[in-house]
Amino acid sequence: MKANCWMGKKKVSVENVPDPKILNSHDAIIRVTSTAICGSDLHLYNGFVPTMESGDVLGHEFMGEVVEVGSGVKKLRVGDRVVVPFPIACGKCYACQQGTTSLCENSNPNAWMAEKMWGHSPCGIYGYSHLLGGFAGGQAEYARVPFADVGPIKVPAHLSDEQVLFLSDIFPTGYMGAEMCDIQPGQVIAVWGAGPVGQFAIASAKLLGAERVIAIDRYAYRLQMALDKAGATDVINYEEEDVHEALQELTGGRGPDACIDAVGLESHAHGPVYALDRAKQALMIEPDRPLALRQAIRECRNGGIVSVSGVYGGFVDTFPMGVVVNRALTIKSGQCHAHRYLAPLLERIERGEIDPSFVITHRLPLSEAARGFELFHKKLDGCEKVVLKAA
Amino acid sequence: MQSLTHLGAERKTIQKSRPRASTRLGMALGAFSLGLGFAELLTPEGVAALIGVPNTRRTRLVVRALGVRELLAGVGLLARPRSAGWLWGRVVGDAMDLVLLGGGFTKRRTRVGRLLAATAAVAGVTAVDAMSAARRSRNPTLNRVGMPIHVLRTITINREPREVYDFWSDLGNLPQFMAHLESVEVSGGTSKWRAQGPAGLAVTWDAEIILDRPGECLAWRSVEGTTTVPNRGVVRFSKAPGGRGTEVQVELKYEPPAGAVGATFAKLFGEEPGQQIASDLRRLKQVLETGEVLHSDASIHRGLHPARPARSKDSVQLKGAAE
Repeated sequence: MKANCWMGKKKVSVENVPDPKILNSHDAIIRVTSTAICGSDLHLYNGFVPTMESGDVLGHEFMGEVVEVGSGVKKLRVGDRVVVPFPIACGKCYACQQGTTSLCENSNPNAWMAEKMWGHSPCGIYGYSHLLGGFAGGQAEYARVPFADVGPIKVPAHLSDEQVLFLSDIFPTGYMGAEMCDIQPGQVIAVWGAGPVGQFAIASAKLLGAERVIAIDRYAYRLQMALDKAGATDVINYEEEDVHEALQELTGGRGPDACIDAVGLESHAHGPVYALDRAKQALMIEPDRPLALRQAIRECRNGGIVSVSGVYGGFVDTFPMGVVVNRALTIKSGQCHAHRYLAPLLERIERGEIDPSFVITHRLPLSEAARGFELFHKKLDGCEKVVLKAA
Repeated sequence: MQSLTHLGAERKTIQKSRPRASTRLGMALGAFSLGLGFAELLTPEGVAALIGVPNTRRTRLVVRALGVRELLAGVGLLARPRSAGWLWGRVVGDAMDLVLLGGGFTKRRTRVGRLLAATAAVAGVTAVDAMSAARRSRNPTLNRVGMPIHVLRTITINREPREVYDFWSDLGNLPQFMAHLESVEVSGGTSKWRAQGPAGLAVTWDAEIILDRPGECLAWRSVEGTTTVPNRGVVRFSKAPGGRGTEVQVELKYEPPAGAVGATFAKLFGEEPGQQIASDLRRLKQVLETGEVLHSDASIHRGLHPARPARSKDSVQLKGAAE
């Protein structure tokens, strides 16, 4: 089959690889119909995530048709049309039973690597480094899905691929980012990053009853999308105006009730601090660049919540802990426990409360995955979200 | 086997008897070596003046060479401040220094007062080095060379203690999750174990159960004379707090073939015993909670392999994940 493989820093290519096989009795094989490039794939692309091997099949946002099931699979049948959530979760361990599937204790065969890096291991993730399991990803014609009765959600035929594909990651991830803000009526939420996850965080904050949602980015087209499609009430282009002053103005000097970091470890900014973080990253002194996070913490109102959806892998420098302590902030984070959002968010899509396909700007065949990565990485041609059609 | 301490049924807690003071002393001696090394390397003439020996080309050369030696010792000690080896290395170095200093007294232009002071100082340092090296070698908790391998690992499994015990006490189940264990055959009171040692060498032993408390613990030891790797172990099962299932604690002791050499050999081949047992326990958890050991596209291969489906002609070992 054809699969998009990580071949080194800033290099991906569609290769011929063997078809996946059932390795565990609870596996299913999916014929992928649609798959997408995630912002977190760019962290792999740019070489910020350790333990990648040349030849790894990428992709953790995918959906398709079940073509084979293992002997232990009870609920899924060949022919079912499903969306696959990106965390691999067993459904049986304590973490899964608590609903925290991104912390599944059984789904990372390379848990020891993650333990060395992070103390304990989270779940395994498709196509996302060996430290998270060494699972082949879904930017391919076929994909193997372990724990097939636990993850994949069947989707009704009247919804298109594009309407449901993002249940795999960015919609639930943005939703959880907003949910962690514990939004009360009348509250003002600021979202750093108007990329795909940011758009869904904005849309979800609105769904969850926020009074005002402020989007912060530097790309006018992304801010426009936030205003027109996601439901942001205000936008701040940090290249054109001072974020602090704008937020003070928009919040009566209080600061946002909650701040969402939908940027992660490759944030941008202007000035010497950015240059310093960039340099430290280049010298491998500081793996993650937390500019958006620092600003989110600084701008948050006293006693507010900072919700971190953006991906961080290792360490950040100059972390403003003094702000957190003295202004009684709460920081919440986590890879999305996508499983618990699948059914409720699918319902919202069915009820027409949201059509997640609004983020799609580019549709390419799988064979043009490399171009998709380049468009997305360099923000060319107004790129917000690339969907790859595998079939 | 008699030298091995008794492995009891009581749950072990890791003892925090880390030799803090002696570690600090080792680090201090290491830092001292580094400082001296840099001084000797960078300003040999200054060092020569300080200890009162004539500043000749030959002296500078010797002092520089000693500087290199000190840097090596310093780095070694800072990296492994509890290693008796590096400390003995310092003692040898001190002896060398004393001999060289002694030779200095015969030179004409030597300033005897300074040289005497330097010699006294080195003698003092020698005493500290020798004492800490000797103590390190004597005290087996400080010096692991020659000790059998001792592993203690714990995991929580979302199952009742009795269920976990039942699974484990059926010894034939063990190879399902112990990556290096090929087979266990139970016959009568003993069992025959076959495992893959470092570098793929087969290791076998007969084992007998020495303690069996259903739902609580199970202990075994190898029968003397049946193996090159005498070993004993105990696994303890206790209820985890908050309804989180069972805490399973495994304690293993064994003497690798050829003792310390064998242990080092095993490590060279990437077989860190603690890591092995930790991964085995993770697989046990997978088996008991999900019914089988989970595989990924990469984990079914030994060693590094890209995360992509395997070709059918690839040799694939499905039993355990690679460590």
